[in-house]
Amino acid sequence: MLDTLVIPLLKIVVLLNAILISVTFMVLMERKVIAWAQSRLGPMRVGPYGVLQAIVDPIKLILKEDITPIKADKMLFSLAPILSLVPALVAFAVVPFGGDELFYIADINVGLLFFLSVTSIGVYGIILAGWASNSKYPLLASLRASAQLISYEIAVTMTLVSLILTAGTLSMVGIVEAQLADGVWYGFVQPVAFVLVLIGALAETNRVPFDLPEAETELTGGFHTEYSGMRFSLFFLAEYANIIVISAVTAILFFGGWLRPFPNVEALAFLDLIPGWIWLFSKIFLFLYLFMWIRATLPRYRYDQLMRIGWKLLIPIALANIVVTGIVKVLV
Amino acid sequence: MAEAIAFYTLSILILGLGVAVITTPRTVHSVVFLVLNFLCVAVLYVVLQAEFLAVIQILVYAGGIVVLYLFVVMLVNLKRQPEEHQDPRRLAKVGLGLTGAMLLELAAIVVYSYSREPSSVTAPSPAFPVQGNIEQLGWLLYTDYLIPFEVASVLLLVAMVGAIILARREL
Repeated sequence: MLDTLVIPLLKIVVLLNAILISVTFMVLMERKVIAWAQSRLGPMRVGPYGVLQAIVDPIKLILKEDITPIKADKMLFSLAPILSLVPALVAFAVVPFGGDELFYIADINVGLLFFLSVTSIGVYGIILAGWASNSKYPLLASLRASAQLISYEIAVTMTLVSLILTAGTLSMVGIVEAQLADGVWYGFVQPVAFVLVLIGALAETNRVPFDLPEAETELTGGFHTEYSGMRFSLFFLAEYANIIVISAVTAILFFGGWLRPFPNVEALAFLDLIPGWIWLFSKIFLFLYLFMWIRATLPRYRYDQLMRIGWKLLIPIALANIVVTGIVKVLV
Repeated sequence: MAEAIAFYTLSILILGLGVAVITTPRTVHSVVFLVLNFLCVAVLYVVLQAEFLAVIQILVYAGGIVVLYLFVVMLVNLKRQPEEHQDPRRLAKVGLGLTGAMLLELAAIVVYSYSREPSSVTAPSPAFPVQGNIEQLGWLLYTDYLIPFEVASVLLLVAMVGAIILARREL
């Protein structure tokens, strides 16, 4: 009873709260990083250096009036934000924050596939939001989003096949243990796969330079144009929760998860004094910063360029990578 | 006991959602019910300890194919009335015939399963040289079921080539 119900529930409660709090501070961090990239100060008024902005923003969003357009499909209009947030949070179930059983909720033998399938459900939130709004621009945005997300999902899944070939397991804990056994982070073994997954992660989370579903200059805001108040902020929660979970999974798959740098070098054993979860958190933080850095740097792709990159560049490279990995695996 | 409760709850949900899919007037709603239906089927697979199949069910059907359905449904204008010349009675006759065939099939399954020896159902599963859900599935696919597997892949290839030729007539 204690082991099967109480402890997992406690873990889930702690993890959910941690995600939601870190999302609010991520929004602040993004504003600060982009401000510094543009030689501005960013939010400075609330608290020292604007730190309390992270608490004030959610309160504002909760207190705002929630409007449902009169021509909207009521049921789906309410369902869509929930459908986009829940998969992003469920995906954390298989993310291990450390090797000990205390640090993950579940280690299932299809962990990586579970992550892929759960995140693929999130696209319904965007499509249904656009359709249920009964408005032109959100519908266009959601059509774009569904085409984009499906294309890049294929590319990412194909790329991860080569990583699975290298690791020999689908369990997230197993993949990190395989990296420990091989004595190398798989980012060095599979550099092509790492770059492809990073590009795919940008596209899957609708981030710059692939943020066409919410291209505000041409779509007056994108699929969430008709949303306001807390429902609007649920979409933002979903986007940032997705960024965190994808950063965590990329760090686990390619950067050794909770392992220290150079896990095979004995001379660096003193680095083990730092606990594993701190290593993982710093790796996740690096990826989060990378996402913001890219947003501050790159312009948005055109829609045909986006589709060409997905189908004619990423998928062929991913397929070639699988073949090369398979040949190397057989030969070595 | 817990398994039986899970099974019957899921069965009610799956059947109820299936009825909802074909009775809802708005097409987008019925696609949403279809997704929920597939998710319930995936949970049923988990209860049967076929985790790999459950995950693939979500990834391929709920996450891939139904998204394409939704894509098409949103693009096509479905508010148009059905064609005039369609005879509603003809549809009813076809439906009656299909229902009869389905009932016959179900009856045949029940009769067959009661008439044969029960020992063959509970026969021990073949010994696998590998452990784990995915490993055993892969082992079976590449040993006992190699030819059906390859035939299915060729069939998919043919479908893909056909789709490309239909899309690009000037090839």
